[in-house]
Amino acid sequence: MSLLSIENLSLSIHRFDILADVSLSVAPGEIVAVTGESGSGKSMTALAVMGLLPDSASTRGRIDLDGTDILKTPEPGMCAIRGQRVGMVFQEPMTALNPVKTIGDQVAETILVHKAMTPAKALDRAREMLDRVGLPADRFPLSRYPHELSGGQRQRVVIAMAIALRPKLLIADEPTTALDVTTQAQILDLLKGLVADYGMGLLMITHDLAVVADMADRIVVMRNGEVVEQGPTADLLVNMQHPYTRMLFAASGHQVSLPPPPAPVPLLQVQNVHRDYRLSRTRLFGDPGYFRAVNDVSFTLNRGERLGLVGESGCGKSTLTRAILGLENIQHGQILLDGQPVFTGHKPNLAVRRKMQVVFQDPFGSFNPRHRVDRLITEPFHLLVSPPTGTARQDAIAEALTAVGLRPQDAQKYIHEFSGGQRQRIAIARALITRPDLILFDEAVSALDVSVRAQILDLMAELCTAYDLTYLFISHDLSVVRTVTDRVLVMQAGQIVEAGETADVFTNPQHPYTQTLIAAAPQLPDLEALQRRQSHV
Amino acid sequence: MGHHRPNVTAMLRYSLKRLTSLLISLAVASLVIFLVIEVAPGDPASFMLGINAQPDTVAALRTELGLDVPKWQRYLDWVGGMLRGDFGTSYTYRTPVAGMIGDRLWVSLPLALFALTLSTAIAFPAGIYAASRRGKPGDVAVMGATQLGVAVPNFWFAMMLVLIFAINLRWFNAGGFVGWDAGFWAGIRSLTLPAISLALPQAAILARVMRSSLLDILGEDFMRTARAKGLSRRQALWQHGVRNALIPVLTIIGLQFSFLLAGSIIIEQVFYLPGLGRLVFQSISSRDLIVVESVVMLLVFSVILVNFLVDLAYALVDPRLRTRT
Amino acid sequence: MNRSLIIGIALSSLVVCAALLSFVWTPYDHTVMDIPAKLQLPGPAHWFGTDHFGRDIFSMIMVGARTSIAVALVAVGIGMVLGVPLGLTAAARKGSWLDEVIMRGNDLVFAFPSLVIAILITAVFGAGAVNAIIAIGIFNIPVFARISRSAALSLWERDFILAARVCGKSGARISLEHILPNVTNLLIVQGTIQFSLGILAEAGLSYVGLGAQPPTPSWGRMLADAQTMVSFAPHLALIPGIAIILTVLGLNLMGDGLRDYLDPRLRISRT
Repeated sequence: MSLLSIENLSLSIHRFDILADVSLSVAPGEIVAVTGESGSGKSMTALAVMGLLPDSASTRGRIDLDGTDILKTPEPGMCAIRGQRVGMVFQEPMTALNPVKTIGDQVAETILVHKAMTPAKALDRAREMLDRVGLPADRFPLSRYPHELSGGQRQRVVIAMAIALRPKLLIADEPTTALDVTTQAQILDLLKGLVADYGMGLLMITHDLAVVADMADRIVVMRNGEVVEQGPTADLLVNMQHPYTRMLFAASGHQVSLPPPPAPVPLLQVQNVHRDYRLSRTRLFGDPGYFRAVNDVSFTLNRGERLGLVGESGCGKSTLTRAILGLENIQHGQILLDGQPVFTGHKPNLAVRRKMQVVFQDPFGSFNPRHRVDRLITEPFHLLVSPPTGTARQDAIAEALTAVGLRPQDAQKYIHEFSGGQRQRIAIARALITRPDLILFDEAVSALDVSVRAQILDLMAELCTAYDLTYLFISHDLSVVRTVTDRVLVMQAGQIVEAGETADVFTNPQHPYTQTLIAAAPQLPDLEALQRRQSHV
Repeated sequence: MGHHRPNVTAMLRYSLKRLTSLLISLAVASLVIFLVIEVAPGDPASFMLGINAQPDTVAALRTELGLDVPKWQRYLDWVGGMLRGDFGTSYTYRTPVAGMIGDRLWVSLPLALFALTLSTAIAFPAGIYAASRRGKPGDVAVMGATQLGVAVPNFWFAMMLVLIFAINLRWFNAGGFVGWDAGFWAGIRSLTLPAISLALPQAAILARVMRSSLLDILGEDFMRTARAKGLSRRQALWQHGVRNALIPVLTIIGLQFSFLLAGSIIIEQVFYLPGLGRLVFQSISSRDLIVVESVVMLLVFSVILVNFLVDLAYALVDPRLRTRT
Repeated sequence: MNRSLIIGIALSSLVVCAALLSFVWTPYDHTVMDIPAKLQLPGPAHWFGTDHFGRDIFSMIMVGARTSIAVALVAVGIGMVLGVPLGLTAAARKGSWLDEVIMRGNDLVFAFPSLVIAILITAVFGAGAVNAIIAIGIFNIPVFARISRSAALSLWERDFILAARVCGKSGARISLEHILPNVTNLLIVQGTIQFSLGILAEAGLSYVGLGAQPPTPSWGRMLADAQTMVSFAPHLALIPGIAIILTVLGLNLMGDGLRDYLDPRLRISRT
């Protein structure tokens, strides 16, 4: 007997079809993962189960939660179900909690809404729940406010709220997407433990196939509002029926092959760099104190080399990136590009600046929405002594766009006419147009869906062959760094804790932090090995 | 990290920082006012005595008024005097300015507070109601009313209130102030029409701000979390929405206070109230600049003070300000 | 185009047209007194009636629109021309002493309501329409400085600004090339709102005698004159009041409509 069964659910908003004939079920104690790329309708499915769809949504089909038809239950009835019989955990822990209420009050609220009891008793229960999710009383008293907690800790509070009344079903919508890998591993363990302890059903929405393969008992693959394939994890991994499922898994583990790097000639030299930020005073008239974001970092990037920089959020990699770009001063040490310092005070040294470019993470925020593509990608011409004009400029634009797989005609369009993947191509075109010696890729593929990400990685590999690129690839995603770099630096708390050939570091990490990081990163199972084993049986 | 109790140091540091900026603002404001008034052409002593005055009489009066010392010293005397509650002597009436202002303040200050209370009392429920009925007839009606309210000049509205409630219905006096000696309620009664005419247009603005601030909050992730816990829309709105929405609304209340003050000076003209407004306009026409200077300083002081209080109120509403600034 | 925008544009252009038309034609000369015809109610001869000197109110309203619009428009101009560069500069140099000075200066000016500025100016230089312009204009400066700074700050966080910095562009150049075009919508909408507030402020100032002086007609002065006669000639107060309300309403509707039309996410300030 299943706990949740969704039968032929169709959903449209303003006559715009979001879901079509979605059917799936969750049994008690079972973890069902719904996966797919953005726009697949996986989050809408979760909201439909919660009865939290937008007012303009109209639905057909049936959602049966333990004998209750959710779609037919009026709002007061749904209020009684939410929090009590089904709990939900959201993607963004930083904003999921009310900033002006204590964590104790917020957890106790779940209890008080549904059960008649004194606030004091509810707070006791809240204390128990917080202990259960790994927030012990000595460090996390009920009086704490959300802003005093880290993202992972806040997600634990959200989980405590969701499970405070031991609901039979827990829905988790991308619960670890916003978290670092080590935190992600802890949260996933916590969820697994709760399912095992309480016999809850867990409906988990995630785009990360490695997480899916690791966690789920059953997998549901969605695309464009439809379920393309579903089945028990072991079966589905071995025996994928739908081409889209196969493509998705192939793209997730996508590997590219880079041309061998040339003989080492130093291009970028980072020597004993310190970057300090002033902190606000902790005592009324005390010394303000400093936070050392980058601590004694040294490395050399050779011409033609592809170097990776990995680390979790707050490790100092973004600060280091800005320092290398010459946008911020450093307190100690030096950063030399081709022998010249990158930071020259308020007046940038164009001679150095023109040797490097950058590609950012967010394909939506990287461009001025009011400029056409030709103006956007020629912005680096500002760095040149005599920027090309007329036909030479047109040719440069056409060449850059062609190099990244777009058409020269695209130069006349505005940025909103392009998809996320295309925008990232345009960002690469902008970085390439002046043929810089060095390109920084700052989380450049992190915001993309797996299939698009695979295409962009292929493009980078092609460009390496065509243009002898030298780049620094900054990312939190170990699997991507592994395939597009020759050498890798591992950064923790402002320091480089390990450096070496990418293959060596990943197969034989030396530093305990690197070991933790690699162990925590969810891995796609070796599908070919699985399939081979299956066919032998 | 180990601050489990409200961080007293941070709170104190925050208040101290605000207080410092309050004092600097006051100092600069007083300097600006003094300098502007100093630019005024003509000598107050000659003006008061007329064109036929003897030079030695003028000189004597200048000494009496304290006009014969260097400007920087007069500035310091003025500021020093104000700190002790001595605002100088009126050029026209030859009485202490402090006393004149004090009398008028008992009309203007209660009026402003009365209006502020009224406008908040009207605006908060209206704004919350409209936000909770977004797009529905109730919201449309409230928004339509506020759109009109924002467009109505308060002194014109005051004239209409007089026409309807004082002249036609005779519920209130058309103007004048009975004085607090006539009793608290009698005083309140003569301030009622002025306060309403000040408060309604202000309430329209405040209600719009409250509504839009609340609508912003309703779109926040934590509101969805609250709903996922089983709170109804209404519960979520009251328990999680309103307090968060107050943060921007407080700013507006602070800024609005200066409008209220300016408004009350104009409204006093409509109702012939013996408040600061009347005093300042009389002083302008008799070129009694020392009174103008002091009243303006007082008005500016109250605006700065209210904004300081609003800054402190933030810290009470928003715990993030208490622990990190 | 939405309904607010259409109604707003219709009302505002009605007032602007009346003001422009008054340069070439009014039903009567608005300065000519005709004591026998005083205090007439609206009728076929005098559409809006006559005042206590027998002057034609319709003509006075038309000419008064000129004063209101001129004062409010120039005041918005002053606020924008001085406020926007200050706000953009403060944003470009966020956290520097310059930012601090500009923002503290803003706070200081905010502490002087336009009425107080007008009182100060009038006390020193005497009353007049120019004083009203200056007083409202000064008040507008921090309004524009503040909104352009906060809009610019959120733009400075965006990656495309970082990309421009990587390309070696200076703060001033980035402000002109990237920031300003992206805050124009906001400035247009806020400008409309400030325009309407300017009309209200001008009316208030002339009502208490700190604005336009006779014989320059102004709606606020007409209301001041009407006050003593409101019991027996209420149309003297009603008509200028309705003129002010319709103008301000029109501009506000236009501002809100423009906001929805250009970019519904814009934050406009109501003070």
